[in-house]
Amino acid sequence: MQKPLILTAAAAFTLATPAIAETPVLTVLTYDSFTSEWGPGPAVEAAFEETCGCDLQFVGAGDGAALLARLQLEGPSTEADIVLGLDTNLTAAARETGLFAPHGVSADLTLPIAWEDDEFMPFDWGYFAFVANKGAKAPNSLRALADSDTKIVIQDPRSSTPGLGLLMWVQAAYGNDAGALWADLADNILTVTPGWTEAYGLFLEGEADAVLSYTTSPAYHLIAEEDDSKVAWPFDEGHYMQVEVAGKVAGTDQPDLANAFMAFITSEAFQSIIPTTNWMYPAVTPADGLPAGFETLITPAKALLLSPEDALASRPAALDAWRTALSQ
Amino acid sequence: MAHSTFAINPRWPGGIVAGLVLALTLGTLCAVAIRAEFQTGFGAADWAAVRFTVSQAFVSALFSCLLAIPVARALARRQFRGRSALITLLGAPFLLPVIVAVLGLVMVFGRNGLLNDAFGLVGLPEISIYGFHGVVLAHVFFNMPLVTRLVLQGWLSVPSERFRLAASLNAPVGRLIEWPMLRTVLPSAFLVVFLICLTSFAVALTLGGGPKATTVELAIYQSLRFDFDLGRAALLALVQFVICASAAIVAWKVTSPDGSGAGLDRAVQRWDGGAKRDVLVIFLAATFLALPLGMIILRGATEVLSLPTDIWKAALRSAIVAVFSSALSTVMALALALRAGRLAAVSGGLPLAASSLVIGTGLFLLVYPFVNPAKLALPITMLVNAVLALPFVLRAMAPAVAKIETDFGRLAISLGMSQQTWIWGVVLPRLKGPIGFGAGLAAALSMGDLGVIALFAGDGQETLPLAMYRLMGAYKMDAAAGAALLLLTISLGVFWVCDRGGRTVADF
Repeated sequence: MQKPLILTAAAAFTLATPAIAETPVLTVLTYDSFTSEWGPGPAVEAAFEETCGCDLQFVGAGDGAALLARLQLEGPSTEADIVLGLDTNLTAAARETGLFAPHGVSADLTLPIAWEDDEFMPFDWGYFAFVANKGAKAPNSLRALADSDTKIVIQDPRSSTPGLGLLMWVQAAYGNDAGALWADLADNILTVTPGWTEAYGLFLEGEADAVLSYTTSPAYHLIAEEDDSKVAWPFDEGHYMQVEVAGKVAGTDQPDLANAFMAFITSEAFQSIIPTTNWMYPAVTPADGLPAGFETLITPAKALLLSPEDALASRPAALDAWRTALSQ
Repeated sequence: MAHSTFAINPRWPGGIVAGLVLALTLGTLCAVAIRAEFQTGFGAADWAAVRFTVSQAFVSALFSCLLAIPVARALARRQFRGRSALITLLGAPFLLPVIVAVLGLVMVFGRNGLLNDAFGLVGLPEISIYGFHGVVLAHVFFNMPLVTRLVLQGWLSVPSERFRLAASLNAPVGRLIEWPMLRTVLPSAFLVVFLICLTSFAVALTLGGGPKATTVELAIYQSLRFDFDLGRAALLALVQFVICASAAIVAWKVTSPDGSGAGLDRAVQRWDGGAKRDVLVIFLAATFLALPLGMIILRGATEVLSLPTDIWKAALRSAIVAVFSSALSTVMALALALRAGRLAAVSGGLPLAASSLVIGTGLFLLVYPFVNPAKLALPITMLVNAVLALPFVLRAMAPAVAKIETDFGRLAISLGMSQQTWIWGVVLPRLKGPIGFGAGLAAALSMGDLGVIALFAGDGQETLPLAMYRLMGAYKMDAAAGAALLLLTISLGVFWVCDRGGRTVADF
């Protein structure tokens, strides 16, 4: 790719039409880290192309929120056939665009909650959690964390999906008292970062005692780096979930391939790739179970999740409470 | 700058460049605004963001300039081994991707950093980098070296005859020579830093410690990415332009043109003293810059050779984009510098005021109906990077061009010199230094910029900064540290090559 780059650039200027391909192309719009070399993308592509007789192309666009914005920018003329990587905090807004069609797939999902959504199909899920070094003094609830002198790094709910997840976590666990919890949490917050990357980086540099991430984060360190020093703190109020979903674009020019892909998402081949590439729980546990190391992770006693509609509706007030409490 | 209107400088190329810049900045803003449904107004939180944005940018610019003056002065007066390397190093912080620089700073000034370790040893209380002062510290780290370079150029462009004369008359160098020079150089340097800090949001948020540290750019980001409220984004971008324009007008008002006559183009020699103080200043500045950089290098050194091949490919791709956008930026800056006047000044400043997210989104809206944006990802990145670097390249070149014109323009006109001879025979040879510096800056800026590529890139088009972010996003912080070091090395490398090429003549 690198050498004929200039040629490619020149060709791109002159040839506005896509290269004519023998095989049909299925375009999947997804977030960056899904399609990156270190994400599930390459393996998923190989597995699907084995059976579909097609060319599966991923288009990466920032994170989950950027993905939705991208789709809204493109509107009905989007080339995407599938959108993969929204979460339940975004699906209500995604549904409002009217760009999605029912997925028509039924699968035995192994989510800790019941799933009834005929437009969006989960492909993986996880619990938000504070991740810390083993041996650090561990609070056992959000309230205990707020009352401790533990220093944490969180993400901004206005620019980051985990940040929004924490906002919804506090909202789901404390409802009308969410503002009070944030006020008490304010002195624990070392800083608020624009995205997960900055926050996790600061934590690994030893800046904070804990960082908002996922219960599955320690699995990465354990499995990929053989480092068992990271733990997630179990909290009594329960843990807010992130359920990542895919949807079929109504105006797809490849309806059969799109349907095949939606069915493929919950298949063994796709689901067995997820745990050690996306570092989340698969939506359908593979027959062989989860990879070794996942059994060491904490299992929250209670799963919290607002419905997409509630999540969307409560966001403005929750954001205000957050900003007011943290701006003191 | 409106004083220079000699017929000898060609004006139309500058006009074309100005048109292009206007299209990319205000044009993309219009593209976003046209698609928008205006519904939300400006709330109290937005005003708080404006206040924070302006105050942190002002304080950051003030400190960057105040601290840069003694450093530039010391560097202008002293010759020592490693001076050249140090001057190159001055480009480094500015060229780093934000997150790398922030992590570097945190490794020195953070809770667990070198400084607090040292404080702990001697029993001093822990200091915190998070807060308003942290934002200013980071912005000074980024921009003080840049101002130093710009002011140093000013010092070196003072004809050595004036210092000789001052020395022989025992006249006050500071009041008669240096202060007038600073009056021509500092306002525009201050403005540049002010504008850079105005539109930076990752630094402000990460080190600011919380939502108090919300900048207008973050609000734009939020509107575009989370709320998909194009109207609000366009409105906020407009507010940002208005702030920038006000700042620019103030800066022009206090700038005084340099009008003290030409010299014989010889290198500066100085007879005034202050050696000890200069040495101390240089030592402190070098330490302030080198410690975070050193930490970044240490962190990445063990990883850089084991980076996956995709990272090397991304590095090559970035380098090609950098070379092209640097060439483009240099030509554009030269055209604007030759045109001079108000239009050139405005279009040379506009890119700084633009939100790169709005540019990206606007371009996306403009391009999308006609061609898949992913196909144009790299050419668009090249173009946008060139335009975004334009203010810096212009800043490096414009004073020199204006001076060449004042010094030699009348002579050239009286000799009936053709435009071609004037440009190739008189202007360009004297511009080698600024061109080298500007081209190096543009290339390095392009290397380190995440910019619009994140919005456009499809498969196999990632640049090095994007690849680095993706590594971090996949938990691979160690490999990312290696990629960061690679990025730093290449950026500094291209900067050094260009700058060195120019400096062999201008500054021995």
